Amino acid sequence: MSLALENLAVHLGARTLLADMSFRLENGATLGIVGESGSGKSLLVLAIIGLLPEGMRAEGRVLLDGEDLLALPESALCHRRGARIGMIFQEPSTALNPAMRIGEQIAEGLIWHRRIDAAAARAESLRLLDHVRMPDAARRFAFYPHELSGGQRQRVGIAIALAPGPELLIADEPTTALDVTVESEILDLLAELVAEARMSLILISHDLGIIAGMTERCLVMYAGTRFEEGPTERILSKPLNPYTSGLLAALPERAPAAGERRARRLAGIPGNVPSAGRLSPGCRFADRCAMAIAACRPAEPAWRALEPGHGVRCIRAEALL
Amino acid sequence: MSAAALESPRRRPPALIAGGAITAAFILLALLSRIWTPESPIRIHIALRLKPPLAAGLLGTDPFGRDVLSMLMAGTWTSLSTAFLAVALGLLLGVALGTAAAALRGRFEEAAMRSADVIFAFPALITAIMVTNIFGPGQATAVTAIGVFIIPVFARVARASALQVWARDYCLAARAAGKGRLAISLEHVIPNIAGTLLVQATIQLALAILIEAGLSFLGLGLPPPTPSWGRMLNDAQTFLDSAPWLAVAPGIAIALAVLGFNLLGDGLRDLFDPRRDRAT
Amino acid sequence: MSVSVLEVRDLARHFRGRGGAVALKAVDGVSFEIAEGSTLGVVGESGSGKTTLARLVMALDRPTAGEVIFAGHDLFAQPAAELARLRRGFQMVFQDPYGSLDPRMSVGRIIAEPLHLEPSAPRGAARRARVAEVLADVGLEPSDAGRRPHQFSGGQRQRIAIARALISRPRLVIADEPVSALDLSVQAQVLNLLMDLRDRERLAFLFISHNLAVVEFLADRIAVMYRGRFVETGPAEEIFRRPMHPYTRLLLESEPRLASGRRRARPAPLREDRAGDWTHACAFAPRCPHATMDCTARTPAPTALAAGHDVTCHHAGKI
Repeated sequence: MSLALENLAVHLGARTLLADMSFRLENGATLGIVGESGSGKSLLVLAIIGLLPEGMRAEGRVLLDGEDLLALPESALCHRRGARIGMIFQEPSTALNPAMRIGEQIAEGLIWHRRIDAAAARAESLRLLDHVRMPDAARRFAFYPHELSGGQRQRVGIAIALAPGPELLIADEPTTALDVTVESEILDLLAELVAEARMSLILISHDLGIIAGMTERCLVMYAGTRFEEGPTERILSKPLNPYTSGLLAALPERAPAAGERRARRLAGIPGNVPSAGRLSPGCRFADRCAMAIAACRPAEPAWRALEPGHGVRCIRAEALL
Repeated sequence: MSAAALESPRRRPPALIAGGAITAAFILLALLSRIWTPESPIRIHIALRLKPPLAAGLLGTDPFGRDVLSMLMAGTWTSLSTAFLAVALGLLLGVALGTAAAALRGRFEEAAMRSADVIFAFPALITAIMVTNIFGPGQATAVTAIGVFIIPVFARVARASALQVWARDYCLAARAAGKGRLAISLEHVIPNIAGTLLVQATIQLALAILIEAGLSFLGLGLPPPTPSWGRMLNDAQTFLDSAPWLAVAPGIAIALAVLGFNLLGDGLRDLFDPRRDRAT
Repeated sequence: MSVSVLEVRDLARHFRGRGGAVALKAVDGVSFEIAEGSTLGVVGESGSGKTTLARLVMALDRPTAGEVIFAGHDLFAQPAAELARLRRGFQMVFQDPYGSLDPRMSVGRIIAEPLHLEPSAPRGAARRARVAEVLADVGLEPSDAGRRPHQFSGGQRQRIAIARALISRPRLVIADEPVSALDLSVQAQVLNLLMDLRDRERLAFLFISHNLAVVEFLADRIAVMYRGRFVETGPAEEIFRRPMHPYTRLLLESEPRLASGRRRARPAPLREDRAGDWTHACAFAPRCPHATMDCTARTPAPTALAAGHDVTCHHAGKI
């Protein structure tokens, strides 16, 4: 299984919401996509699986094993979705049908994609529910979503995504709505399942700690485009662009420890994230960048590979080497 | 901020434009009729009775020789003024009741909502007939009869919307600032439910026009000689074969007015969609 | 000796279900003190009762038992007018920057709201000046007073919320997850702002969060809350470096950190998140790796491990 994005862009009328998104994902690899709000990370995912909102159009290519998903008709896409690409959403409470028992919801995907009969689907669903460590799975099988806790609902979401046996799993902020102790269990579960089934994983999050723990490579997005991509460990320890290093510096665990305790301050990034589709010329981050120079303004820096497997969109990346 | 927040901004919906145009036309017509109509809507001209459209007047004449177009225009004023007054009555009392219920909760809320339910239990037309029979026909009676039925609608809508607003943090912040329930209801709740109430008001206006026409049709509306669409329809019944224009004119007027207000309500509702409040 | 701005004694808030039986003990016996100018961080997840605690301390809800004493006044023993007057001394910053500002009001009016009860409150030009002053304090422009909330970003809205909390010159600010809904880079800005203002105005802070790293940064003392009670309280650094309660340790372990490295796909033991109760047992026992028979039979009481460091655990100090 290989997924390759080539210059993916998303437009809404005259505005460009997402630009120049490219990356490759090979079998079994894990990619983290990091971004704050307005970065376009959720839009990216919707573009890949072909579920962009009304009025938006995608440009470029999304190649799943060489086949361009963007060129496929909806009927063909339906078969790719679920069967080859599984999705886990952020809000467990809205991703499940409140009027349907959870066992049925898992079985639904099985019947549709694997074309097995209801009895077989039921047995498989039960096995899946158990596989995602649902406490007391046999009893909870017949529960409605509202009878479960947030963490349990997310386990159901994972089971639904895994049921048709996809090769690629996309998880969009899967634990943001959960308590931190539950989050930890769910992430452990995801890591285990992905490794066991040798699936590829795209994990989207704003939390650098989660990305650090779950992914081998990561891609940093800002205001609708990619800013840096490379091995996760490398990016989080020695980033090659000022936005990433700014984000890292803003973490409380990275706050300077020296000096009187109460005098400590976090290193924030001044200003606000620019509005999608309303960008000034030049580098999108220049207005907020501590390292901006005159050359950053006229035109947006092109993406370049600074080292093999490590790319940035910044003309001052060398200064951070 | 989710991808959904970037949905294509909706252009002004066609319902709003169409509805707005129709209701504006009727309102202007009603106002115009107060100062001018082609002929007098009440003067009888036996010599000109039952003339078809364009033979005498743009829309013909009725069995008494009265100009149909003038009657229609004057009837617009009757319908609209009665409807507006009735809805105003229903809105003021209903919103007060519903907002108070949401603010005070507990036993008051129970009592208020159950009384609204009782009024709701009576079909509008029956209530109107009852009231008119007791107090005699006239505009005040018509307004009261229709208005009373509208009170529970606004009470319910106001209470439901107000409860949602009370659950918001900014009301909590107002309480933390020491504001009392009345102040919060007036300063925070009502401005934030105004959109919903406006939509409801346009829908109730459509309904009120229809009920008024029904009352007039049954002879329980404003008494003759005040022109009204409903009574025109009633009078036209015996002449459906010989003088169809007598029924068509008021019939279309009623249908169009109701349609106009309904469209306006739909358009307003789309305009006030919650997505409007999201940050860009 | 610093004066206690806030003193909470045996505070409890029980919610009754149908039929009058107690269905939920959101806050189940909480006591603490906050000295002038100091910050208490309360850490807990959903179901801990921390938001209910915030509402009780703000006197926005009546407790089932216990007292909230602000600057020496028992808030729930005051007549309404007196309580309204006292409210100027304590204000709150809410979690949701989108829900805590009335979308139909101008920013200036929103910020000035706490002033409305002050008989000596500035009016007209003087009020506008005070609003402009506090807007500048939080890093916004005086001209922003005429705008509406939807014209601002999440971080800016929180600044507005902070401005509103400060305009009446309170002595105590209660912040309920004030940065949880914000992006990381903006979080840092707002936290820095809170700390600057706190130091300048000598504000006492009750800072509620689910994020231990943030709380450790801001707080002088930390209280860890679980199902309505404090299971561990102590100096922030102590709690962070040497947590003594199993739940505190679980929280610290669970928080995704850069330093932890790649997650080991270890089989997660089934942890039933059953609702625990303090009535006859330790509420954390069903999830606790150190639980013994005693833990399910007796309610633990707070034990002092060191000066100012309390743990509510039968095995206090031994694990």
